[in-house]
Amino acid sequence: MSQSSVDVPPKGGFSFDLCKRNDMLTQKGLKAPSFLKTGTTIVGLIFKDGVILGADTRATEGPIVADKNCEKIHYMAPNIYCCGAGTAADTEAVTDMVSSQLRLHRYQTGRDSRVITALTLLKKHLFSYQGHVSAALVLGGVDITGPHLHTIYPHGSTDTLPFATMGSGSLAAMSVFEAKYKEGLTRDEGIKLVAEAICSGIFNDLGSGSNVDICVITKGNKEYLRNYMEPNPRTYVSSKGYSFTKKTEVLLTKITPLSEKVEIVEVAGEAMEE
Amino acid sequence: MSIFEYNGSAVVAMVGKNCFAIASDRRLGVQLQTIATDFQRISKIHDHLFIGLSGLATDVQTLYQRLVFRHKLYQLREERDMKPETFASLVSAILYEKRFGPYLCQPVIAGLGDDNKPFICTMDSIGAKELAKDFVVSGTASESLYGACEAMFKPDMEAEELFETISQALLSSVDRDCLSGWGGHVYVVTPNEIKERILKGRMD
Repeated sequence: MSQSSVDVPPKGGFSFDLCKRNDMLTQKGLKAPSFLKTGTTIVGLIFKDGVILGADTRATEGPIVADKNCEKIHYMAPNIYCCGAGTAADTEAVTDMVSSQLRLHRYQTGRDSRVITALTLLKKHLFSYQGHVSAALVLGGVDITGPHLHTIYPHGSTDTLPFATMGSGSLAAMSVFEAKYKEGLTRDEGIKLVAEAICSGIFNDLGSGSNVDICVITKGNKEYLRNYMEPNPRTYVSSKGYSFTKKTEVLLTKITPLSEKVEIVEVAGEAMEE
Repeated sequence: MSIFEYNGSAVVAMVGKNCFAIASDRRLGVQLQTIATDFQRISKIHDHLFIGLSGLATDVQTLYQRLVFRHKLYQLREERDMKPETFASLVSAILYEKRFGPYLCQPVIAGLGDDNKPFICTMDSIGAKELAKDFVVSGTASESLYGACEAMFKPDMEAEELFETISQALLSSVDRDCLSGWGGHVYVVTPNEIKERILKGRMD
């Protein structure tokens, strides 16, 4: 039996077996690929009854917009949501992983998840990878101890704040918050302020764009307002559509008809008898 | 030069009415020299699920073999084919596992899900899924493909019109990219048949 490993489904965690080859290629002068980043403006604020999170919806790959309407507000628990900025694969993977860990923890303890539990699980993971897992997060939720809002940086440091912004558009959004935030905002005032902060990011930061997503979390209830505002609709679509004068030339056509899959029906009453 | 420009590639997938189309170019090169004009970038996982891989050709073939292996294991255990959404999650997990030493390719996944609803998605080389309702692109010609598809795409096209649109988008984009081209390979899949067509393009 050869020593080289068969590709059995792995037990989890990262695998580093292509690193040596990729290093060799980089040394030979071939640049590594750029990853999908969420340029992003993400914000959170605490209002009278809970937490409001907001995010834009543009995903970039270098200077190109790869996804015009991606989801940056990730589910962690029924009462906890997390916005992610940075490398898209990292934010998705880390929030999915901690979301599963929280659910297992809920089954074990029989209680609703607390925001600081999610915070500790996230910061432990990010710190152990020393910032190489590039995920900057705004974590918010309402648990038995009240509403909480935290920011988590890729190296694992965290802050607990009444209002927070992260991402390339964070300065644009923070300027709106610093000017207009006050304690004890109502739900509508809070949503209006968050939408204004995200719009400020969308219009002034090149890495953020498209629509505004908002998530309102209160005690025992959450509302995910996907595409709450669409300040950049596509208005130039021609009703005539595109017509092609010259048809493409086809060299070869192969048609494979797909037959219906055979259904096996269990006939009752013919079970084997002793 | 970027690692993605070593072999050159162009892959695009589009959604139609109860059907989808996935297309790729056919060139395999080593930097500026062309060594094959019939390279298979799109592979069938099962009758209603196709995956197109762009990027470094060796990783395209290795990743395809690993995915077929995992799908066959799934078929043996579950006695059915994988849904496209599940397959996309599987590919994403396999790519993210190699986060710090990734496979140097970008997959485009296209399939028909429940109720013959078409599903397409693409990922970057570490598995960040990008689900789209209209079209997805990948490869060295991706910037031209984005532009061509944005202009030419219409929602709810039938199979023949979808074929024409995706072929025109592919051929016009690879004509502006030195590293891809040499014809096109288009699969249009409806609930009842798979139509595979090879396109005549500029051979330069």
